[in-house]
Amino acid sequence: MSDLWDGLSQAWILLWTLDADLVEITARSLQVTLTALAIASAIALPLGAFLAVRRFRMRRLTIAVLNALMGLPPVVVGLVVYVLLSRAGPFGVLGLLFTPTAMIIAQVIIIVPLIASIAHQALRELWSDYHDLLISLNTSHVQRMSALLWDGRRALLTASLAGFGRAIGEVGAIMIVGGNIDHHTRVLTTAIALETGKGDFALALALGFILIGLAIAVNLAIHWLTRTEQEGRW
Amino acid sequence: MSDMFPLIVEGALTRRRGKVLVGPVDLRLEAGGVTIVIGPNGAGKTSLLRMLHGIARLNAGRIEWACGQERAREKQAFVFQTPVMLRRSVRDNLAYPLRLGGVTRREARAQADAMAEKVGLGDALGRPATVLSGGERQKLALGRALIRSPQVLFLDEPCASLDGRAMREVEEILKTAVQDGVRLIMSTHNMGQARRLASEVLFLLGGKIHERGSTVEFFDAPKTAQARAFLNGDIVE
Amino acid sequence: MKTFFVAVAAVAAMSAVAWAEDMKMAVTTSFHNSGLSDILLPAIQEDLGLEVQLLVVGTGQALRLGEAGDVDAILVHSKKAEERFLAAGHGTHRLEIMYNDFVFIGPKADTASVADSANAAQALQQIASTESVFVSRGDDSGTHKKELSLWASAGLDPQSLGDWYRAVGAGMGAALNTASGMDAYIISDRASWLNFGNKGELALLYSGDPVLFNQYAYIPVNPDKHRHVKNDLAMKLENWLVSDRAKDLINTYKINGETLFVFNAK
Ligand SMILES: Nc1ncnc2c1ncn2[C@@H]1O[C@H](COP(=O)(O)OP(=O)(O)OP(=O)(O)O)[C@@H](O)[C@H]1O
Ligand SMILES: [Mg+2]
Repeated sequence: MSDLWDGLSQAWILLWTLDADLVEITARSLQVTLTALAIASAIALPLGAFLAVRRFRMRRLTIAVLNALMGLPPVVVGLVVYVLLSRAGPFGVLGLLFTPTAMIIAQVIIIVPLIASIAHQALRELWSDYHDLLISLNTSHVQRMSALLWDGRRALLTASLAGFGRAIGEVGAIMIVGGNIDHHTRVLTTAIALETGKGDFALALALGFILIGLAIAVNLAIHWLTRTEQEGRW
Repeated sequence: MSDMFPLIVEGALTRRRGKVLVGPVDLRLEAGGVTIVIGPNGAGKTSLLRMLHGIARLNAGRIEWACGQERAREKQAFVFQTPVMLRRSVRDNLAYPLRLGGVTRREARAQADAMAEKVGLGDALGRPATVLSGGERQKLALGRALIRSPQVLFLDEPCASLDGRAMREVEEILKTAVQDGVRLIMSTHNMGQARRLASEVLFLLGGKIHERGSTVEFFDAPKTAQARAFLNGDIVE
Repeated sequence: MKTFFVAVAAVAAMSAVAWAEDMKMAVTTSFHNSGLSDILLPAIQEDLGLEVQLLVVGTGQALRLGEAGDVDAILVHSKKAEERFLAAGHGTHRLEIMYNDFVFIGPKADTASVADSANAAQALQQIASTESVFVSRGDDSGTHKKELSLWASAGLDPQSLGDWYRAVGAGMGAALNTASGMDAYIISDRASWLNFGNKGELALLYSGDPVLFNQYAYIPVNPDKHRHVKNDLAMKLENWLVSDRAKDLINTYKINGETLFVFNAK
């Protein structure tokens, strides 16, 4: 129990003094995860809309695969990305292993199925609502998808934030493909794993509290940004 | 006027999960006028309108517009029995069909504002469409259907949840549209409205056109016993 | 939504990585936990202008990284595995740099009287005869391999030991955490133990048997197998590691007043 209090007070001290290492790994956590989130959303949201709008032969299979991939252990994703990016692997020439880019790639793979699945669920309902009108207006497939993406943006925001939550707290995959290199690929979660390994529970917990705080702050910030925008629009 | 007519329908039929929703239908519609579709609940009015509009899959027969299928689709609009509200403001709902056609944002807005005025939604422009009352929704759907100046307008019970005054207003709008050359094909349960608007009546029963006649003929001297019973408010088998 | 993407783009733009001469080296967890790297790396940066990026992994994984050409050099402590690595042509040569030692950790009460044993083999036999709970790394790391060889020399087979032998399949820190939670015996490298923050009821009970010495060796990855490997930088680092400057830093490195490493490069 005393570890918890130590952790909390240490978190305060780190924050209060704006500890340079803390600022660095926090910024890197944000940079990696937000970049991964932007890329994953750009792939997953249109994919969700596509699955809602189009009826094609492999659709059921695709949805089943997506749902299954949601439960994929990040360590497995990490290993696969490692094998692909390793110098001995097919994309070895790019020299991406143990860089933030490799971590972004792993996170994108982890959260695309999650975001796409949630987006598909939400947009499927919207589509059954819009179906008649959009067909009657003789819209193209792209127009249908963009109408769903735009009008469903609140639900899609939730989907993206779920992806953010999974990515920011992920450790297994980015440990493998990033390597937890100090000043290079160390982020909050891998630092927590490291400190836990050293038995420094208080520091590990402090970083954990900061991670939670960061996740809450980002969620609030995004909601706030979108709310102010909507006021002008409605 | 319109190069879309005549509309020729031969043996057209739609089926859903083995059940025939409507058909087979043989019909020839000429330009001009107002065709009103009436019949008891479940007779297939909605299904017929959707089939003619081309949004229900045709399982047999054919539906041919004089100008060809492709061109015809662009000149039609449909007001659904339960209006679809896009999750946007009233103004953006009205502007949407124009935006699809590539009209600039500013121009679409201006036309949307004018249309809102016309259908009596002038002070609801900025409101989310999803908070509108049932009657307001129907007016919005009507405005959205008219905004691309269609030559054919399908209306599926457009006045179902309107009060007397609003119904008059909508009927005025529809009459103006007819004067402007829009061909109306509309279902209703309101016989008064049918008399006021119709130039001809299709009486539907069990998915088939049971009787067809001019307004005066149909209401004053229905040919079939079922039509007579329906007009008397009796249950029709 | 647009504002959101602007924010994302801004954060992404911050990611510009400073360009400098750098190389990657895989090291074992025990080396990194000792804290020695925090002393050596800045000195290397200062003397050579070379940024050494450490990948802290188990010995097995370190060798795999070298094999795949994903690092430029490795620093590990498992002689047999290192020799196999060299025999397969994955490294250019093996250079012994320094050693530290393994120690027996256990509950302060010391129910197995490990503290009084004459040598490492006897310590293990006492643990076995009293069936005291023992935590094994069980992760195929250098430390784990060392532990297995010690059991063998004590005439015992870990496979056939009872329920009190717990292989946790984890790194040194995690294994120490487990031992601390169960008040169990465990073999650790001295550095990891001294730096470990969650000692609880555990104490260092026995050390000093020469078989417990733990030799670290440096192996540059073979550039003939992997063209992109920065062999020139690896050699530059090697020259520094055997220099007097390195010798001094390694021999004087202390935790809680105790020396940890003995420099023995020839
Ligand atoms: N997708 C469908 N699957 C199965 N049956 C359907 C489907 N759509 C409609 N039906 C059935 O087809 C029949 C005709 O329906 P339709 O909606 O055309 O009737 P309607 O004349 O418009 O009735 P109302 O006056 O109540 O609007 C009804 O019995 C209805 O239950
Ligand atoms: Mg109907």
